Amino acid sequence: MAKVKGEIVINIERCKGCVLCVAACNEQVIAMSKEVNGKGYHYAETVNENCTGCTNCAVLCPDGVITVYRVKI
Amino acid sequence: MSENITKESIIKEENCVYKRTNLLVDKALSYCPGCGHGTAHRLLMEVLEEMNIQSETIGIAPVGCAVLAYEFLDIDMQQAAHGRAPAVATAVKRLMPEKFVFTYQGDGDLAAIGTAETIHACNRGENITIIFINNGIYGMTGGQMAPTTLPGMKSSTSPYGREVETMGNPLKMTELVAQLPGTYYVTRQSVHTPGNVRKAKKALRKAMENQKLNKGLSFVEIVSNCNSGWKMTPVQSNKWMEENMFPFYPLGDIKVPVE
Ligand SMILES: Cc1ncc(C[n+]2csc(CCOP(=O)(O)OP(=O)(O)O)c2C)c(N)n1
Ligand code: SF4
Repeated sequence: MAKVKGEIVINIERCKGCVLCVAACNEQVIAMSKEVNGKGYHYAETVNENCTGCTNCAVLCPDGVITVYRVKI
Repeated sequence: MSENITKESIIKEENCVYKRTNLLVDKALSYCPGCGHGTAHRLLMEVLEEMNIQSETIGIAPVGCAVLAYEFLDIDMQQAAHGRAPAVATAVKRLMPEKFVFTYQGDGDLAAIGTAETIHACNRGENITIIFINNGIYGMTGGQMAPTTLPGMKSSTSPYGREVETMGNPLKMTELVAQLPGTYYVTRQSVHTPGNVRKAKKALRKAMENQKLNKGLSFVEIVSNCNSGWKMTPVQSNKWMEENMFPFYPLGDIKVPVE
């Protein structure tokens, strides 16, 4: 079976910390930061390497701050 | 997994499978964290991008939280007086029938002050698309009760919950306009899970495509959260919406074109 590997890039300065992406990810890739961004929000960040590039987090993000990349391996 | 797959080798333009559409201006949206308005804006712009009709589309912005939609959507826009967007859209479409014309309205705008404009545009069967963001309250002005507020639902002007006896029944605008001969496609969607977002996008696409057929009005309701007005976190508000809004406002197509 062809396997895929994904990566996400989060525009942390545009993230409003709504947390919706965290539950949208089936691989628990995303968690909220301890640090805050320039607007004072705890932003989304990746915490493991299990991203499959499914785009669930990105399509749900109301602010469109997530870009998704995917390769076949 | 092979060793040579590094983060850097994946994060390349050619491997990009999702990015924010350029039809959204590169500005931070004015909506509260987690608000469905942002998602709905993005979906709509993705649809216009995929149909390649950015320069042929004219949007009508409402009064409400989306009053500034023209600041974010990189298309021609006209802002209308409160509730009057369907009337303005009617004029724009009749003057420029080759354009794709949509209104984007909240429930206070569309179902309270703009009830007459909404119903008559639907009944006349204008060849426009109405996008109706139903969050059950007046978001922008501080969470007051709207015609769409659920029985028992708390709002800033019904702090003990909407009491139907004194405050009347909530209005199901979408079911109502589906009865009118002028509507061609009527559907209710949501944007609170990735699956629902994808379905809502398909509905928006269909609603815009329908304008090419000149067969009447397409009406897309998107049941949305107003976590600030509902006084919940975005995650809680989406759960609350599933448990409380959807039984009253069930998702799905209400009127589909008969081929
Ligand atoms: C003629 C007029 N009456 C009242 C107002 C005040 N007003 C501004 S926004 C709004 C309600 C908007 O609620 P809704 O349409 O549900 O949109 P939301 O903010 O929830 O997206 C009201 C009553 C106004 N701007 N103009
Ligand atoms: S007040 Fe409600 S509708 Fe308006 S931006 Fe905030 S969450 Fe969205």
